[in-house]
Amino acid sequence: MPDAERVSLEDVRRVAELANLELTPDEEPRMRRDLNAILDYVAQLGELETANVPPMAQVSEALAQAGEVASEKLSALREDTTRPCLDRRRVLVAAPETDGVYFKVPKVIER
Amino acid sequence: MTTATNPALGSIEDIRSAIARGATTAAALAERCLALIADEDARIHAYLSVDRERALAQAAHIDDLHAKGEALPRLAGVPLGIKDVLTVEGMPATAGSKILEGYQPPYTATAVQRLAEAGAVFLGKLNCDEFAMGSSNENSAYGPVHNPHDVTRVPGGSSGGSAAAVAAGMAVAALGTDTGGSIRQPASFCGVVGVLPTYGRVSRYGLIAFASSLDRIGPFTVNVRDAAAVLGVMAGYDPMDATSSPLPVPDYTADLDRGVAGMKLGVPREYFAEGLDSEVRGAIEAGIERLRAAGAEIRPISLPHTRYAIPTYYVIATAEASANLARFDGVRYGLRAPQSVTLAAMYRRTRDLGFGAEVKRRILLGTYVLSHGYYDAYYRKAQQVRRLLTEDFLAAFREVDAIVTPTAPSPAFRIGEKSNDPVSMYLADIYTVTASLAGICGVSVPCGQSSEGLPIGMQILGRHFDEGTVFRVGHALEQAVAQQAGREAA
Repeated sequence: MPDAERVSLEDVRRVAELANLELTPDEEPRMRRDLNAILDYVAQLGELETANVPPMAQVSEALAQAGEVASEKLSALREDTTRPCLDRRRVLVAAPETDGVYFKVPKVIER
Repeated sequence: MTTATNPALGSIEDIRSAIARGATTAAALAERCLALIADEDARIHAYLSVDRERALAQAAHIDDLHAKGEALPRLAGVPLGIKDVLTVEGMPATAGSKILEGYQPPYTATAVQRLAEAGAVFLGKLNCDEFAMGSSNENSAYGPVHNPHDVTRVPGGSSGGSAAAVAAGMAVAALGTDTGGSIRQPASFCGVVGVLPTYGRVSRYGLIAFASSLDRIGPFTVNVRDAAAVLGVMAGYDPMDATSSPLPVPDYTADLDRGVAGMKLGVPREYFAEGLDSEVRGAIEAGIERLRAAGAEIRPISLPHTRYAIPTYYVIATAEASANLARFDGVRYGLRAPQSVTLAAMYRRTRDLGFGAEVKRRILLGTYVLSHGYYDAYYRKAQQVRRLLTEDFLAAFREVDAIVTPTAPSPAFRIGEKSNDPVSMYLADIYTVTASLAGICGVSVPCGQSSEGLPIGMQILGRHFDEGTVFRVGHALEQAVAQQAGREAA
């Protein structure tokens, strides 16, 4: 597929919106060019037949499935018990705006 | 040119024993590093922040222990820098990004906490590519790091500040992170040792996440023994990271001197193909011959899916990054765009002001490959190829004990040389992303120099949780290279 076809300016705008990114008018064509270049490079994955290959999301899961290491030695969940969390004041002090109890944000609903 | 090691400071064991016999103090060592940072770092720009007060307090604690005649902890008085993607309570954590400018995290990363408990002295936070995204350190929002061997060249990335600080003697050890090569490649470019621990060996708690299934924390040092000592302190199960392994942590320094006699070392043909700089090839082949002379059996092997690793990596890493970086929205920490009328506008403007071009590029790419209609073609496909790449290694490790390759296809390139071409920049990681995807461990060890005097590193890869073997091979290589250098000097 020629790179002009793969990602359009419309696609860039749609993805930017999904990602909560604001792009300037001169960033849009540059990102389009770069995404096309990268995706052209990625397209070579299509050469591989993978219909019967299960996707791998995590190293430990793949090792356990391959029988290399017992799964309980790869990861362990801690006890599901309540514990103190970080002190609220120490967390809130790093925030741009709070009322001392909650984070404050601009208006959520537009009208 | 700065020398690649600072003999005045010595190794971790030298430091501990010098303090123990009263030949020096932790405070004097910390002062010496802080003075060197004040003199040298204007040209290198490895440090984003220096915490003189904390360093001297930690050093005073060690000197106090010595004065009371108490046993010194394992890393007593070791001056250490920390990549700025790791949290330390009371120190800034910018992740090299404007979006976290001024942020002070309320907690400390587990790996860092363990180093503090072992007596290390924290000098400051080290420069890096923004959110660890980059192979040259040119993506730091606070300006690039310069390679101490040639300041017109990059130190590698993303842990460029960590590698440069150790290479210039501005720290005895440094912490970095490696998602696709970000410890090993800068170690190679700066002529120091850099460790990629097995995925799960070191807790990621307190690491500002880039790609959670790939991110690892590891040390930089001037020699393999120091690297083994630092990793031994950092490693081990942590209830705060469900992917950290409960496997016991061996003493990685115990077997270093056992040598490589009888060990089987694989040389994958795919890593010596087109695109490899001829001087790097020469240095690595000479290094392999030295390991053969030291008694290792060298076996040619194949890792057949290697050429698919970079595209696989850039799909998986960006997909995970697009999710992880959603948290930077101007609500809980860091930057908020002023005077936004609505929440949605505030999110967008904050992220536009706060993120640099490479971070935006990766968030866009990651969002694209996960989006409706493209998920199967890109993300699922990449996860399938990730398994094939992992199986390549599992099969190879049934035949050999470790694998030796170049760490990077070239020595350090010039600042600006690749910054306008993302694909060419991504290819700087061609020999490192495979181990990242497979979760295996590895180390980059200095193996020679180019005709221009630029360092060249050998990458030694090992089985999952077999760091001990990787360190043994690295130590044998280091000794053989030192002997060769000694002969040439004589």
